[in-house]
Amino acid sequence: MADEKREDKNADNSQHNNGEVHDDGKNQAVPPEPAPDTTAGAVEATIAKIEMVAAQAESDEAPAETDEPEFVRAAYEHPLAIRITHWVNAVSLFVMVTSGLRIFRAFPSFGPKIPEKILLDIPKSLTLGGWLGGALQWHFTFMWFFAGSGIFYAVYQIMSGHYRTMLFTPRDIPGVWPMARHYFFFGPKPPATGQYNPLQKLAYTSAIGFGALSLLTGIVLYKPTQFSWLAFLFGGFHLTRVWHFAAMCGFLAFIPGHLIMVALHGWSNFYSMLSGWKREPEYQE
Amino acid sequence: MIARLEDKELKRQSRRQLLKLAPVAALGVFAFPKVSDRLVATGVRFSDWASGELFRSQHTAQTFSNSAVVPFSQFPYNYYDVLDPQVDLEKWTLTVEGDVQHPGEYTLAQIQALPKINQNTRHVCVEGWDVIGAFGGTRISDFFKLIGANSRARFLEVECVDDYYESIDMASAQHPQSLFCYEMYGQPLDRGHGAPLRLQMPTKLGYKQAKYLDTIRVTNVLKSGKRGYWEDQGYSWFGGL
Repeated sequence: MADEKREDKNADNSQHNNGEVHDDGKNQAVPPEPAPDTTAGAVEATIAKIEMVAAQAESDEAPAETDEPEFVRAAYEHPLAIRITHWVNAVSLFVMVTSGLRIFRAFPSFGPKIPEKILLDIPKSLTLGGWLGGALQWHFTFMWFFAGSGIFYAVYQIMSGHYRTMLFTPRDIPGVWPMARHYFFFGPKPPATGQYNPLQKLAYTSAIGFGALSLLTGIVLYKPTQFSWLAFLFGGFHLTRVWHFAAMCGFLAFIPGHLIMVALHGWSNFYSMLSGWKREPEYQE
Repeated sequence: MIARLEDKELKRQSRRQLLKLAPVAALGVFAFPKVSDRLVATGVRFSDWASGELFRSQHTAQTFSNSAVVPFSQFPYNYYDVLDPQVDLEKWTLTVEGDVQHPGEYTLAQIQALPKINQNTRHVCVEGWDVIGAFGGTRISDFFKLIGANSRARFLEVECVDDYYESIDMASAQHPQSLFCYEMYGQPLDRGHGAPLRLQMPTKLGYKQAKYLDTIRVTNVLKSGKRGYWEDQGYSWFGGL
């Protein structure tokens, strides 16, 4: 490992032409015995000589590059399991919301069928599936991805103990307001104490709550008879439909805030959800 | 947990970790309509299989008191072609075919001679609305005994006077609450609700509750394009609750 790194370092130096060890490549370019009769050969030899001199001059001028590698602070914030479930969930959530809105269009009400009171007219352009049947196909396909990644995520968080970085606990309550004041009212920025600030913990923990709620209510709406006990817990079939919709509203409140924050915090932060590694994290320890 | 890494090492680690995420990109196939159409149809088939596994053949749907039943005027009429396909109620018979000991024509009187079940159950539409109605009829399972249906056959197919058609898994058809329904709200079925005979299965969605029954068939084979009017256009075949 260490040797490998060493070699990398050298190779890199020769490319940038600012080290000491790197003249080997240049010297090889010089024919050891220039072909005596050809002008081309003489010209090549001359050019090679000039280059050699230039390189020599340059390396004399430049302070000898030390072998000290450049260190950066970094944190492996997002284990692979979290990254995979994050992106599977992102895709699933997009499909579930857009197809769900199309399903809701078929009966955009929480009241009786007769008389039907249309609550809101969702534009078709925001929906997926083309018609009720198509939307249901998307919904019934991606519910497995959504549930699967969600359950895997929860189990992983608990088993690994990684949940401690993000779970909102009563201890985080005092930190919520200072953070909100910073984001929304340009208040002073509270010092970073860990991977996530209290407001982030609140947001992420809520999102997990919305996920659990949409999954459980979804099970009731899909199989109200087989899971009649669960339907009972949610206050019956009608109320379950309301909760299911409310869970989606929760996601719709979370997602724009999440995306804006990601946009504001730049590439390195975003890249960390792809690569796991956060370069130069704000927090210490 | 802060590490101190060489810049190059960090980049290398990051790239490696990024590559490990590559399989997630496979979900991108859903962006291509030709592929996604097939994939989501497969997703529904998988969901239907899971629904069949989840189905408990003796677990009954909730029943309601008379006071919870919606007024008859608020029980919607749903139809796909015509509300009244002009069934000749005088000459109507139910044609019985397939894997049964006594195929043939059965009159409404023969069906009504079987034990009558009255139940107030929830009728759930795939669109999301539901109504609690009062239904009367005979258990499909009782009628199966009369016709000597092979109870180990897999499907019940029904064809309707208005050319609607449906098919139901045997476990659901033989559920104790699954009825050949000839009454609603204590009155003979009216034409709009499927006179003289319809399916009424509180463990199934509304589109499975075929009206104006004409022919029933007990079978082991469902021909493609004969799974059900809406199912053949993309609705879930199981359609169970």
